[in-house]
Formats: sequence, C-alpha cells, structure tokens
Amino acid sequence: MADNSIAISSKGHESYIDHKGKHSGLLGWIFSTDHKRIAILYLVAISSWFLIAVLLGFLIRLELLTPGETIVGAQTYNAFFTLHGIIMVFLFVIPAIPAIFGNFFLPIMLGAKDVAFPRLNLFSWYLYIIGGIFVIIAIFLPGGAPDSGWTFYIPYSIRTSTNMIFTLSAAFILGFSSIVTGLNFIVTIHRMRAPGMSWFRMPLFPWALYATGWIQVLVTPIIGITLLLIIVERVFRVGLFDPSLGGDPVLYQHLFWIYSHPAVYIMAVPAMGVITEIITVYSHKTIFGYKAIAFSSLAIALFGSLVWGHHMFSAGMSDTANFIFSLLTFLVAIPSAIKVFNWTATLYKGSIDLEPPMLYGLAFIFLFTIGGLTGIMLGTLSLDIHLTDTTFVVGHFHYVIFGTTGFAFIGGLYHWFPKMFGRTYNKKLAKISFWILLVGFNILYFPMFVMGWLGMPRRSYDYLPEYQSYHVISTIGSWILILALIIIVYTFIKALRSGERTHEMNYCGGETLEWKVETPPTHENFDEIPVITGGPYDYKQNELESEVE
Amino acid sequence: MIAQATNFAQNVDNTFIIIVGICVFFLVLITTLLITFAIKYNKKRNPKAVNIHGNIKLEIIWTIIPTLIVLYIFWLGWSDYIELATPPKDAMVINATASMWQWKFTYSNGKQADTLYVPVNENIKIKLNSTDVSHSFYIPAFRIKRDAMPNTNNSTWFNAEKLGSYTLFCAEYCGLNHSKMYTEVKVVTKDKFNNWLNSE
Ligand SMILES: [Cu+2]
Repeated sequence: MADNSIAISSKGHESYIDHKGKHSGLLGWIFSTDHKRIAILYLVAISSWFLIAVLLGFLIRLELLTPGETIVGAQTYNAFFTLHGIIMVFLFVIPAIPAIFGNFFLPIMLGAKDVAFPRLNLFSWYLYIIGGIFVIIAIFLPGGAPDSGWTFYIPYSIRTSTNMIFTLSAAFILGFSSIVTGLNFIVTIHRMRAPGMSWFRMPLFPWALYATGWIQVLVTPIIGITLLLIIVERVFRVGLFDPSLGGDPVLYQHLFWIYSHPAVYIMAVPAMGVITEIITVYSHKTIFGYKAIAFSSLAIALFGSLVWGHHMFSAGMSDTANFIFSLLTFLVAIPSAIKVFNWTATLYKGSIDLEPPMLYGLAFIFLFTIGGLTGIMLGTLSLDIHLTDTTFVVGHFHYVIFGTTGFAFIGGLYHWFPKMFGRTYNKKLAKISFWILLVGFNILYFPMFVMGWLGMPRRSYDYLPEYQSYHVISTIGSWILILALIIIVYTFIKALRSGERTHEMNYCGGETLEWKVETPPTHENFDEIPVITGGPYDYKQNELESEVE
Repeated sequence: MIAQATNFAQNVDNTFIIIVGICVFFLVLITTLLITFAIKYNKKRNPKAVNIHGNIKLEIIWTIIPTLIVLYIFWLGWSDYIELATPPKDAMVINATASMWQWKFTYSNGKQADTLYVPVNENIKIKLNSTDVSHSFYIPAFRIKRDAMPNTNNSTWFNAEKLGSYTLFCAEYCGLNHSKMYTEVKVVTKDKFNNWLNSE
C-alpha cells in the first residue's frame, strides 16, 4: 500500500492487496468486486466522513461553551447539528460495521470466497459515494446548509428555505446502499456457508449481521418512500404531512420513526456481534450462552421494529398507543440485558488478555449498560414526558450509539487490523488513547443527563446561565475525547505506513475461520473450501490441557 | 436543584428515584463483575481458561428477573402518566398559541399575554395550538411537556402548588430562534390573579 514492497501472505501467496486483476493502481480498487477491497474502500470513505462529523461535533460543543454567541450565529449552529446528525447517522454509524467488517469478514467467517452478489456489493459502495456527494452539494449550494435536524420534522422541513431536496435525496440514496448490503448479506448467509456449517455452527458476528440484514431490507424502504413524499410535498405542494396543505405532521413522525427506531438496531446489533467475537477471543474460551446471544439478536430485531412510538409520547398519540409503545419498549430491554449477562459470564474462568480490542470490549459493556438503563428511564411514560427533547436524550443516544458502534468500530479495527493489512500497530499508544477516550467520553456525555433532568432543551443554540457549568464540563470532555481520537488516527496511519509486517495467521488465539486464512488473506481467501465439523468457539485446547493434568 | 412545583412533579420524582436506584444497582453489579473477572481471570494469573458453554438455570433467572423489574417500572410510569392524561373536568382553560418564536396565552375573557399567569392551587388546562411549525410546551418545574402543532388538539394540565416564577421552554426544535422561545410561568395568589386578569 504505502510502500512498494510486496505484501506476501503467510504461506508466501500473493495477498488480496497485491493481487493483479484486470485493472491496476487505483482502478484496481474502485472497480474491484473483491469483498475485501470493497471493505477497504468503505473504510476510507466512512472514516473520512466520521472525522468530518467529529469536527462538527467539536464545533457544536465549542459554541455551547458560553450562552449566546461563542463562535458562530444561530443559523450556522443549526446547520452544524443537522449535518452532524445526518453524517453520523447515514454516512458513519449505519454503514460502518456491516460495510467494513461485514464485507471483509462475513465471507471468510462462513468459509466462502466472496459475498453472494459481488457486483451488487460494489454498486452499493457507489451509491454510498453518490449519497455523500449529495450531502456535499446540499452544504454548499446557495440556499444554505440544511437546518431541519436529522429528523426532518414536518412542517419545518417543508418550510425551511435551505437545501432540503438534496439532503433528503442523499438520505434516500444512502438508504438504498444499506438495503443492497443487507440483502447481499442475507443471501450470502443462506447460500454460501461452507459444507458442515449448520446455522448453529455459524459464528455470532454473522448471526448479528443476519438479524441486521432483515431490519435493513424490511424497514429502510419505508424511510425511502417517506423522504420521497416530502420531496413531492415540497415541490408539488401536495398535502401529505403539512397541516397548512391539509396533511398530518404526526403521520410523518410515525413513518419517520418506523424506520429510524429500528435503525438504532441496524447500528447496535452488528456492534454487538463484533464485541461478542472480541470477548470470546481475548477470554480464550467458548462463548457463554451461544444460542441465547444468537436468538437475542433476532428478538431485538423483532421487538425493536415495533417500538417506534416511544419517540412520540408527547406528540399527542392516544393513551392506548402510549401504553402499548411503552410496554413494548420495556420488552426490548430484556434481550439486551440477556446479552450483557452472557458477555459478562463469558469472562468467568477465562484467561483474559487485556489487549486493546478487549479494553474496548469491556468498555462497550459498561457504556452500553449505562445507555440501556437510561433508555429504561426514557421508556417510562411519566419520566419521558419530562425528559424527551432535553439533553438527557442526547446523552442517552450517544452512550448507546457512540458507546456501542463507535467503540466496536475502533475495537474491531484494532482486533482485525493486522489481519486486514498485514501490519502491526503500537499497542502502548492504543492502550493510552483508550483510557483518554473513555474518560473524555464520560466527561462529555454524562453532564447531559444532569442538565436534561434539570430541563435543558436539546438543539438549543442559546441557554439560561444556570446550565452553563454543565455545558463547560461537557465541552472540556469533548476536547479530551478528541485528543484521544487524534492519537487513535495517528496510531492507525502510522501502522499503515510503517507498522511492522506480520504474516502470523492467528495472532490472538481466535477459533473462527478468519484466523485460519493467511494474513493478509489471499484474493480467494481459501485455497480449499474448509469443511466444518464443530462449533465456532470450541477452544479444544482448554479441554486437552485439563485432561493432561 | 430543579423546582418541584406540582404534586405531579413529586410523583415523577419519586418514580425517578426508584428507577435510578434499580439502575445504579445493575450498573454497579455489572461493573464490579467486569473488573473482578478482568483481574481474577487475567492471563497472567489464570493462564488456562475453562470452557463453559452456558447454564440454562442462569439464562432463565436473568430473563425472568429483568422481565419482572421492567414490568414494574412500566407500571410506575403508566400510573403517573394516566393522571396527567386525564385533566379534571372543572379545570380553568387557557389557550396557548405557539408561533416562531414566541408564546401567546389567551384567557377566557379574551385577555392575552406572553407570560403565563396562573392562580396557585387551581386546576389549569392548557389547550395548545401552533400557527406554523411544531413546538412543544415544556415547564420543567411541573415535569410536563406536550407538543403544539397546527390543526391538532393537544392539551395538558397542571395544578401549581407553590407560588413563584418558573421557566417555560419550547422543547421541539423550530428553527432559527428556537432557543430564544422561552417565557415565564408566574404562579400567583388567587386575588392577585383575578386583579391581573381583570386589569387592562
Ligand atoms: Cu418552538
């Protein structure tokens, strides 16, 4: 990659990085249908968007350091939080884990040479790029950057003069990218498993991607149609959602959240899959409650699709609807709790290696627990009436989304980086930056719970002086968090350019198939398709050794 | 601390304290287990892992206990909520109209104000309306919030028990000056209120 020496793989074969296809150079990447190359394309694009959205987050926090104007005016601030949300949700969090790690490792973990539809896979990357270009256009076109919030609530999103059409089209296109990836993974999992790999011999990361795939395919079309309807309403003045045209704004909220609540699980379930792999590998033992974890992914996908109304408890739904949505929301808590208990139990009597990925794995459980418990508070009807639309909600979903997907993304990258690139990274730096990140994260987001309880509305450019001390603490937290992210980015870039080369196939003692292929993998992953004879996490050496003694 | 100016606020706070208690218990439990296991079963101390595939008894326990707990919490929230959802029939009605970016309150005698004056210890029903986009009527000290949308008949109610002045926010993002869209609720004695209502 960075230098020209050949990255031969473990057995001396040519790796996917050096594989010569029809095209060479950059074309060999952007026209490649190799799932691993597509994963790297996604990695580059998604990480770039992530850093842009982080910068916007930094600016939001900086603006909130003092009441009134600190660095920008209200219109700019509103565009900042809108873009931060849109970019984070549609261009980072939703695609990150499936499109990067899913693409790279799903076929390998199943014992396949590629996904079911390699060309469709490349096509979904192009959709992603086009969606991103639409966002850029929406930012720089004369009308001004979008200011509707990422939720595009009607009537405001119909009335604002900013560039909504490009923004909505971007979300629409990105939705299709997500549907295509989900569909591809579902078919791959059904059709491409190696001989002998029954459903319950499949590793849990593919299980998580399978549950996610169904949510992507089933609910994403709803947001697609809804966004199209807003465009129709804006352009042709047809009354659908806007009350002044005879439409119903609450209907819009329903349609929006029918997608956007399950979208939270599109974000979180693959992250749970990554963490399940990490916890097992670095405990060097079989997973506790394999079936409980697999089925809880499906249960989350199922119940999670039925709870969208909990975003609308104050919007004026009937009391019956509020009753049902609140009750169902509590039911989602149960499979989530089951996962947390099983992960924790996996550590029991393990042989735990506190490598950087494992630190992220443990932090994930801690942060997800806080996010989940504050979610229970928000599911409680009377508390939600007070807390909804305050910074409490902002704190909650950053714990859930950054604490899970963000931490699984960084942890997963440490876990699989040497496998993907055949290079090692500086572990000391990775550990130091982890602790800075964890501290910064909590200083940044925890004060939002306190402020929210005290009544601080979210999406507010200005605030009353009584809230300032919490805002100051939170902003300082953002600086610490960003310092950690800078060190993390530096660690990865340094590793890519000059990290020590490694061809060790199984550098972490894993049992799933990606640890049985070469480092980095060859173009076709396997010389011979493996035949599976046991579970994915057997760790037979544990039993052998205990028999010897 | 946040003011607690209604009976409803007190109920909400009691529920909150119970739930925070339950949450802190589970957070401490999980965190303690994570740290204990990470130290006790560290590779250096415990070079050999033991395979444990699962335990049906434990799975049942940690499915049933959380289920009972969340059902209990659900019921707590619902029983507070249903009180808020049913305004007393004798409540005095005030119309609140939201528009970008201000509140206007209209009383039964036609008097209008941009500060919400209410008498203490009286049931007040607020009928919400908006002239443009979605807003939300939010008084943290009363723990109540309800969206104000055009052409929808949302309402909420309260009974303020403590004299004083409290902040009333718009909680639903509504554009450029959303953050400036706040005013005050002034809870005054019945006499003062009547004087104010009938003054010019
Ligand atoms: Cu407003």
